[in-house]
Amino acid sequence: MDGSFILSHVPDYLSGAWVTLRFGLYGVLCSLALGLVCCLLCYFRVPIFHWIAKGYIELARNTPLLVQLFFLYAGLPRVGIRFSAEACAVIGLTFLGGAYMSEAFRSGLESVDRAQVEAGACIGLTAGQNMRYVIFPQALATAIPALFANVIFLIKETSVFSVLAMMDLMNVADTLRTSGGRTVEVLFMLIVAYLLILLPVSLLATLVERRLRYAGFGDQHSV
Amino acid sequence: MQDLGISILFKGINFQRLLGGLWVTLRLALITIGLSCLFGLLFASLLLSRRKLPRIFCRIWLEIVRFMPQLVLLYIVYFGFARVFGLDLDGETSAVIVFTFWGTAEMGDLIRGALTSIPRHQTESAAALGLKKSQIFLHVLIPQTLRRLLPQAINLSTRIIKTTALVKMINVTEVLKVGQQIIGQFYRQPDAAFWVYFVIFLLYFIICWPFSLLARQLEKRWA
Repeated sequence: MDGSFILSHVPDYLSGAWVTLRFGLYGVLCSLALGLVCCLLCYFRVPIFHWIAKGYIELARNTPLLVQLFFLYAGLPRVGIRFSAEACAVIGLTFLGGAYMSEAFRSGLESVDRAQVEAGACIGLTAGQNMRYVIFPQALATAIPALFANVIFLIKETSVFSVLAMMDLMNVADTLRTSGGRTVEVLFMLIVAYLLILLPVSLLATLVERRLRYAGFGDQHSV
Repeated sequence: MQDLGISILFKGINFQRLLGGLWVTLRLALITIGLSCLFGLLFASLLLSRRKLPRIFCRIWLEIVRFMPQLVLLYIVYFGFARVFGLDLDGETSAVIVFTFWGTAEMGDLIRGALTSIPRHQTESAAALGLKKSQIFLHVLIPQTLRRLLPQAINLSTRIIKTTALVKMINVTEVLKVGQQIIGQFYRQPDAAFWVYFVIFLLYFIICWPFSLLARQLEKRWA
């Protein structure tokens, strides 16, 4: 292991980590939004749209991100639909993540006690109010562990962005490896970089889950 | 008159070539799934062991697999092992090693979860009825464990199938690579890339979707 080599390339890895983190974050945020919309379309059985949402979820969950990215980046421009590499990264990650997030929200919504839904309707809440004040907060509490698992999954998936010629962590490491031949140092730094990104996310997940258990929504925790 | 790009897939043996490329990753996935089930049993028994050391060992293994993107693990084995141990593994061998390392931990954790989810009183009631230890295992524990395990194991298998697409990144000639070769041959056909990548996308979907449906069906029936 060559310490000076490692130290001199810390800035490269920092810029790579920034790309990984930034586009991972964009992807996660867009996935959450898309997931929520799809899940609500299915929950309220909005005519036609809930079929589209279901079809999309099946498509996205049953194909690899790498293949989705190739289609977006190398396939679509040939029929006149052209995106930049950065846009492809965010669209691809959102396409994949939206389906997983939607499933997480769905299992949360399904876990809400029917009595809660009916009670909300009985005191005269509209469907929208019922969702906003009664159902969704409880569903979110149960969905949080799955949502965080998806966040970690999506950040890990960003490692294929190098096929879009983006200088993310993976591509930085690959470039250094082929140019310098210091494979061990390069891979060591790659591991450390991913750990430094993912450990805080995992710690945050544990923290939030612990707080939520205190919250005790509805009667499921009142015993 | 120019024909549609999709027609190139039916020229000569192009479609068979694509399927051949797909088989490369599928075969890797099948080997990985088989080995993961086998080693997963061992892993689960270590996780449930009374002694501390094997448990800690497996926990660390599981965390490594959860935190490191599979692509990073692939790089470590494919490029790193050659450097450190002088092991010059080809892409497919590295892929089997890495995906089995990952699959074993995930499968082991699923088996552990399924085993521990069975309430103690099941074993105790069976013992009270006078069943021998082997009978308890065969007639009480295994059927119940399988019901919980099977849907999750099928889901993990589709994840393994999707993840094996990553071998593209370590120079294995798989379906995307074959697709690129076909596109290269038909460079006069402007929308060739669109159709080739679209068909690869669909092929993955056709393979993974039935498994997803099966897992969901089993989950519903056995829940």
